[in-house]
This record gives sequence, C-alpha cells and structure tokens, in this order.
Amino acid sequence: MSIQANGVTKRFGAFVALDDVDLDVHAGALTALLGPSGGGKSTLLRVIGGLETPDAGEVSIAGRDMTRVPAHERNVGFVFQHYAAFQHLSVFRNVAFGLEIRRRPKAEVRRRVNELLELVHLEELADRKPAQLSGGQRQRMALARALAAEPSVLLLDEPFGALDTKVRRELRGWLRALHDEVHVTTVFVTHDQEEALEVADEIVVVNNGKVEQVGSPSDLYDKPANDFVMEFMGPVTRLGGRLVRPHDVQVTAAHVDGAVPGRVARLQRIGFEVRADVTTADGDLWVQLTRGQADTLELTPGSDVWLRAVV
Amino acid sequence: MTTTLVETPVGATAAAAAPTGARAQRTGAPLGRASGLTLGVVLLALSLLVLIPLAAVAAEAGSTGWSGFWAAVTAPAAVDALVLTVTSSFVVTAINAVMGTLLAWVLVRDDFPGKRWVELVIDVPFALPTIVAGLVILSVYGRNSPVGIDLFGTRWGVMVALLFVTLPFVARTVQPTLMAFDRDTERAAATLGARPATVFRRIVLPPLVPAIAAGAALAFARAMGEYGSVLLISGGLDKTQVSSMYAFSLYESYDFPGAAATATVLLVVSLVVLVGFEIVSHRAGRRG
Repeated sequence: MSIQANGVTKRFGAFVALDDVDLDVHAGALTALLGPSGGGKSTLLRVIGGLETPDAGEVSIAGRDMTRVPAHERNVGFVFQHYAAFQHLSVFRNVAFGLEIRRRPKAEVRRRVNELLELVHLEELADRKPAQLSGGQRQRMALARALAAEPSVLLLDEPFGALDTKVRRELRGWLRALHDEVHVTTVFVTHDQEEALEVADEIVVVNNGKVEQVGSPSDLYDKPANDFVMEFMGPVTRLGGRLVRPHDVQVTAAHVDGAVPGRVARLQRIGFEVRADVTTADGDLWVQLTRGQADTLELTPGSDVWLRAVV
Repeated sequence: MTTTLVETPVGATAAAAAPTGARAQRTGAPLGRASGLTLGVVLLALSLLVLIPLAAVAAEAGSTGWSGFWAAVTAPAAVDALVLTVTSSFVVTAINAVMGTLLAWVLVRDDFPGKRWVELVIDVPFALPTIVAGLVILSVYGRNSPVGIDLFGTRWGVMVALLFVTLPFVARTVQPTLMAFDRDTERAAATLGARPATVFRRIVLPPLVPAIAAGAALAFARAMGEYGSVLLISGGLDKTQVSSMYAFSLYESYDFPGAAATATVLLVVSLVVLVGFEIVSHRAGRRG
C-alpha cells in the first residue's frame, strides 16, 4: 500500500523535529529514511505508524487519511531498534499476539505463526523466551510478529542498529530477500548510508527536519542535490574548492588538461585500497586508488603528481 | 521476587532446543573456604535470630500438650481475633496491591508538581514508629475527628490503621520494575492492534505481577503482626481485638502457653500465605 505525508510538522517543545515534510512512498517499495541522528527520520516513521501525532499535516496509507487514527487501528507492522520483545511470552506467543488480538481461530493462528517462524528461521525456537535468544534472533522474531497480521505497511526503526557488524550485514541481505518474497510496502530508518544503498529501492535523505533529496541509491550517490547529501552518502574530499569523491580523482605523473599539481604526503595501504594524502597549493586532500594504480605510478611519499576530478 | 528466568543467551548453537518453559536453574558449585565461612555465619545468625526463637515459641505453645494448645487456639476470643486479623489483613493487602500499583504508576509515568513530595510522603507510614502512626490515625479518625469520621472502636478503624502502615510496600516494590519497563513493548502491542486496556492487561501487568506479589506478601505479613498502630484506634474492645493484642493480653495475665499458641497460629498462617504469594509470583513469571 502507498504512503503519503503532506506538510507534516512535529515539534517537541522548542525543537522542530519535522518541518513541513512531504513524503510519497509507492506501493510495494522498499524505502530507506536516511539521515543523521536527531534529523527527524524516526519521528517521521513514528508519525506514519501512529506513535506520534503531527502538529500539522496529514498522513495517509493506501489513500485513506490516517492522521487521527490511533496506532492500534492502523494495521501497520512496526519493528523497533531494541526489539521490544514481550519478555513474558514465548517466541510463538510473541508472533501470535497480533492474530490473537484479532481473535483469529486457533488453528489459523498456529498455521500462520509456524509459517512465519519458518520464514524467519526460528521454527526450532518457538518455545523459547526472548531472553534466551541472541539479538539477531530477537529481531527476526520481532519481524515475524510485525508481519503476522498482514499489515498494510511495514515500518522499521533502525532495525539493525543494536546488532554487531556481522549480524547486521547478514540481516540486511536477508531483509532485502524477505521483501522480494513478501512485497509489503516497507520503510526503514537508518543512519548508515551503506545500509541504505545496499538494501533500499529508494532513499529519502532527511536532515534538520526536512527532506534533502529523494532518489534511487545510484542517483543519490552520483547526483547528490547538495553538499550535505554528497557528504552523507559517502566519503568526500576537496579539490580546487569543490567536493569530490576520493575515488573520482584521477592521479597522473604528467600534466593533463585541467589538472593541478600536488605532492604526496603520506600513503596508507588498506587491503586492496591505497589512500594518498596529497598537498596542493589549494589545500590538502586525500585520494583513493587501487593498489595497481599506486604501483604503476610508483607513488611514494614525496612523489609529485597531477590531480584532476573525473566527474 | 524470584522469577529467575534462564538468562543464557543462546547464540548460533541453537540446534539443541532447550526444554520448554525453562525453570529457574541454580548453578551449584562446590563451596570455597571464604564462601563456606560466609554460609556458616549466615546460618548461625539465622538460627540465633529466627529459627531458635520460633522453635522456642512453638515449644512453649506445646508445653500444655495438644489438648492445651487446641483449647487455647479455639477459645472464642482467640478465634474472633484470628478471623479479624486474617480477614482485615487480606482486605488491606488487596486494597494496597491496587493502590500501591497505581501509586507506583503515577510516580513513574506522570510528571506533576509536588511529585518529589509524594515520593517522600509514601515512606512516612513505613518509617514512623507504630505508636506514632496510631496517634496520627486516632487524631484524624478518633472521637474528635476533624473530618467528621469517627472510627474509634470499630473494625473500620483497625482497617484504616492497617491500610496506613502497609501502604508503601507494593508501591516500593513495583516502582523499580515499572521504571525498568521497556515502553517500546507497549507501542509494539499497540501497532499490533491492542487497545490501551488490552496493552495494560496483557503486556504491562504480567511482568509486574511478581513485584506486586512480593510487595503484597510484605504488606500482609506486616498487617498480620501489627500492634502499635491499631492499639489506640481499636479502643481495646473485644470486637476490635487483633491476634497480636490478644496474645499480649494473655501474656499480661501470665498465660504464656496461650500467648505462644496464638503466636504459633499467626506464624503458620503467615508462612502459608507467604508461600502462596511466592507461587503466584512464580506462576506469573512463567505464564506464556
């Protein structure tokens, strides 16, 4: 189901968390709300889910105005950063909760919960309590719970934020695969641009309570609307007063058109990648090269080079 | 508060599913010298302070034989006192289980002017010497009640006194549990379609039950043995005599075995009820 937000404003005291925000998520998409902490992205998600009431503006889901509809009548699935597991209930009962609330017949509940537990690979752990699960398992349980009652949209607030790097990576790929299978309209909040680039169909960059840019991952990376988005989406450096990506700087031994001279101050080898700190008349910058490029140029600290932005 | 769920984080090696509804497991290790000494000291103190005196009371109660004991505890005055004590303790505990939970709720969840004062005032009934509590209650609900409610010499007066002194227990045991409660679970339940009342009943209340039961057990035990605060308002009448007062009156008339027999009955009732609360609390902790 599609989600629309029009002119949503939300204040907490003097702090403006959302300032006249518009959002349009089309049905079936996997959308990331990306931005720095305190930028308003979680507030926007909570407004969509009915956990916050906006001071101004409207929210609609599948074309129906939801602005004044309480959370328990919105039929959204919501996943929280710290799992929000029902500690006193087993994994099975956690997942069954939404169905029990809707008074579905027992047999149907059992069938549906087992189906979901299988989907999230927790069928063996149905009788455990959440405290007996790892973080990744708890979050998968929370996902199954959110999906159980077939929500119109699935909302995830920093779903992998509390997990360690390895589990994060695993769950990301898994969320993408799950979405391709289930096709429910999904919005997830993250402050990790890599996560957004890897998982989402569409990214909405939110900062200071405003939407900075909306686009596909490659659009945002290659054609950022402003310096903020440019800096947020990946590493940047400054060449001739202009922001560029460190891997978009061409390094040559001889002068080429539009190149500026510089001297290598330091070289760092990080696996396959070589980082060169270069001093120019205009200031310092860093350049990202492959090991092969660095070796061909025979770069050492003190080498004189020519630098040119290639985009 | 003994709802020790097994807190072993089971990581990737989850293939071997643990038995369902895992109960508290105590890991027993052989005692080292230091902990052996600690255990010895604890047992000695427990024996000297608790077990030996209790055994002595029971022995005193039995000094007149079974028939003497039975006669003492079935005397009409003894039965009246016991019935009054147990029923009022139950009623007071039930009321304060609800009131204490509400109080804890308000203190944790709401912000209002004077909140810090309320925090302080809750403990007053607990901290006051009981005879002071008795005077306080008498001055408000006595013959010359400034609010026009005269409970002197009535069972209502006894109840009010017991309500007053047992107020803090449930509030104080529930408060920390409620503070540690993850509010996102309530939001999660709401997004799953639960109305506020359902969220409270199915998500908030179950984890609070062990704390409520623990506080209620303390309140009940206190009410069963309360003496000082009920003494004045009761007016020393037969119909308002609680078991502790009855035991004291027997002691004053040199009927030591009778006083001990009353004490033993109070002890047994208290123990049974404490075990009952423990079971409730354990069940709630495991309920799926």
